[in-house]
Amino acid sequence: MDCYIGIDLGSTTTKAVYLDAQENIIGRGITNSRSNYDLACQIAREEAEISARFGILKQEILARESSDHSLDVLPWILCKFKLAQHMAQLKSLRHECTTIAERLLTDKKAKYQGALQEIFNRMELEANKLYSPDVSNRSDFFRDLAAVQYINLAEELASKDKDYSFDRLVGIFDSSILKVESQSYAKDFDQYLRFAREEVVKLPEFAKLKTKIETATNKIIDLKFNVINTIGTGYGRQRLPFPKHQIRSEILCHGLGAHAMFPATRTVLDIGGQDTKAIQIDGEGIVTNFQMNDRCAAGCGRYLGYIADEMNMGIQELGPMAMKATTVSKINSTCTVFAGAELRERLSLGERREDILAGLHRAIILRAMSLLARSGGIASEFTFTGGVARNEAAVKALHKLVEENYGKMKINISADSIFTGAVGAALFAKRDTRGDLANVDLGQLRRGAVEE
Amino acid sequence: MAKQIADIQKEESMILQKDMIADHFKALANSNKLGKKVVYTFVPGNLNELIWAFDMLPVHPEINALQSGMRKKSGDYITEAEKFGHSEDVCTYVKCDIGMMKKGNIGPTGEKLPEPDLLLLSYTGCFTFMKWFELLKQEYKCPVVMLHVPYQADGKITPEMSRYVSEQIRKEVVPALEKVSGKKLDEDRLQELLASSGRAEDDLCAVWDAGKITPSPIDAYFGGVYYIGPIFTAFRGLPQCEEYYKTLRAEVDYRIKNKLGPITPEGHVVKEKYRLIVEGPPNWTSFREFWKMFYDEGAVVVASSYTKVGGLYDQGFRHDAKRPYETMAEYCLGCYTNMHLPGRIDLLERYAKEFKADGFLINSIKSCNSFSAGQLLIMRELEKKTKLPGGFIESDLVDPRYFSAANIKNRLESYFQMVDAKRGA
Repeated sequence: MDCYIGIDLGSTTTKAVYLDAQENIIGRGITNSRSNYDLACQIAREEAEISARFGILKQEILARESSDHSLDVLPWILCKFKLAQHMAQLKSLRHECTTIAERLLTDKKAKYQGALQEIFNRMELEANKLYSPDVSNRSDFFRDLAAVQYINLAEELASKDKDYSFDRLVGIFDSSILKVESQSYAKDFDQYLRFAREEVVKLPEFAKLKTKIETATNKIIDLKFNVINTIGTGYGRQRLPFPKHQIRSEILCHGLGAHAMFPATRTVLDIGGQDTKAIQIDGEGIVTNFQMNDRCAAGCGRYLGYIADEMNMGIQELGPMAMKATTVSKINSTCTVFAGAELRERLSLGERREDILAGLHRAIILRAMSLLARSGGIASEFTFTGGVARNEAAVKALHKLVEENYGKMKINISADSIFTGAVGAALFAKRDTRGDLANVDLGQLRRGAVEE
Repeated sequence: MAKQIADIQKEESMILQKDMIADHFKALANSNKLGKKVVYTFVPGNLNELIWAFDMLPVHPEINALQSGMRKKSGDYITEAEKFGHSEDVCTYVKCDIGMMKKGNIGPTGEKLPEPDLLLLSYTGCFTFMKWFELLKQEYKCPVVMLHVPYQADGKITPEMSRYVSEQIRKEVVPALEKVSGKKLDEDRLQELLASSGRAEDDLCAVWDAGKITPSPIDAYFGGVYYIGPIFTAFRGLPQCEEYYKTLRAEVDYRIKNKLGPITPEGHVVKEKYRLIVEGPPNWTSFREFWKMFYDEGAVVVASSYTKVGGLYDQGFRHDAKRPYETMAEYCLGCYTNMHLPGRIDLLERYAKEFKADGFLINSIKSCNSFSAGQLLIMRELEKKTKLPGGFIESDLVDPRYFSAANIKNRLESYFQMVDAKRGA
């Protein structure tokens, strides 16, 4: 299957998108950018490919079985697939931990090795519980899931038997996890999918679909993606191991991506982790003007991150809390460095957390409004993209300020808004006829930098 | 071989300029011994020929500041000025100058600058000039003579404006210079100097005109700031200035003949990919890094407005020895800094057309209100009138804290890709 890939290497997350020849989004992948951009890039891409395969699987199943419940099987296949992947990672983590323990421990070696085996045996037993369509995990990342299990078990063990040091057990985990995280597990896709379908057809409700599931999954196992071209963008794009003509500015990618999602878009606001961009585009999605914050990341996603840390909350909890405000605190500064001081000052004055948060969200949007004005104002339709577009309080403030300054206007926010830059990059990949990085092996590229 | 010759040619005009500057600062350092009086004055609307007619030595504080910026000394000077109460938002040329003075007034070549015997305030478009010399007056306790140059509020120079300025030169500036120098004005000498200026200006215009050729043999912004060096600063009217422009013109002619691109610190521009018009002064503290961002992308600036702050010669103005007072007045009135916004827009629009530009770029200077005010409006209007893509970057003159390389590079790259996308559409 011919496809085009766009990779958006952001400061917080890395996104990858697969497009088919008709420019439909067929796969999306997202991962933490961490400090390892190359790896983040590879993992996002693999995730996108897996998501593309599952998308096709859905079509295949629908084509063969169109009863109302036929699609119920998909979440099960996906969960079992993830379970298989998780088990493989767990196996690798067990190996890593025992190796590290062997190498580093000087006393009670055998005892610790026994403890590790016990911990991992139990982790394997419990893994099943993590993957079911009705379970929603706090994180999708293996590191987070495994850490919770491991730490709980280590704690239990250390409290029962004084011979074990909890810190030492955790130290073994910490030294091992990075290596496990840095491995790619996507190459065993076929193996995981076979495991998943075997598990799924064991469930009574899907037993009668056995042949259909097998035919459909076989089709996606055999499916080969023929990557015609890849384009990279985003904050860390210079780190992508691509030749120059395969790297595009995120401003152009956000413009084109927003155009693809909402073709009548003329103004785009993107608030990402490190920068805010106000972009004007023409009827073809081509950027005609842009403004972005200079120097500091005041009022960007990172600012919300600091606020969340200060409040000891998750970043995704800020918006809902701000929505509960009864009045909006008047805050003008969006300086990330002073965010904590501003917050504590307000709290000490007795203002409610909800109201302060509503004020902070408004301040972010006020700053964005200034950039928008500098770029030429807001023309209908207006599309809001980037991670902050998923924050309901920011969206509410935006609606209000846009209406106050420019009148009522159609504001678009796509469910895929975080992928806007990657979609734009993938579209550039399709439009660029020079695509000579077909089926690029990122690992190999990393080893030998590509020169134009 | 061609490259070798080109390198040698390049060196010739640059060495000439370097020697001129060194000689001038040496003369300044020895002004007492030489018995020469010193006049501080500003670049836009300077009365260089008049100063030389009295055999006095001119000092241009903005040039000292930009030289300090290029030599990485401005950061310390600015911090020094801030210690004396000058806020973060004050023009960094001013702070750099004040800081340099407070640290012993060692000029860019390492020699001490003399104190002024007169502050000749030719006021053309920049309000800060007035405040600047107020500060210097307090420090040096020397006389100030102000030449008030009316702003081109209606976009033209009327005979009344011209008379107003020439009368001030005749009745206020010349007597002040006569008093400080103790000499009568030698009108023949003044006319000689003005005639020489006119000849150098002819050669400079031929250089600017070369930017119309595709690919361009000159860079009219980064290269341009060297081309304007002698004529904007202490040397206009002197034989060595004429000599410099003859040499420069020959070098450009050589490049035209051999179809060579402009010379940059990284080498010749081999493939011109973007032809740009630039509005606004450059950043001096990271000048080479800034230039390289253009060079790396194959971007050549074919015309710029900054290189017109000391005279719009390319628009036809020439110093005319036959009308000494009137010509000096018209020169002061016609500087780019003295133009109103619509006039600046018209000029940039003409440049875009005549120089077959792919787009225009504005470098907005944080601490320069007189240049930066209205630049967003200029961009909007130019986009409408030329249908060319406009780009906007922000930096500063000589405050290194305001040059964010990653941010500027990001914007420039996005801008160049925007030009590409527009071409493709």
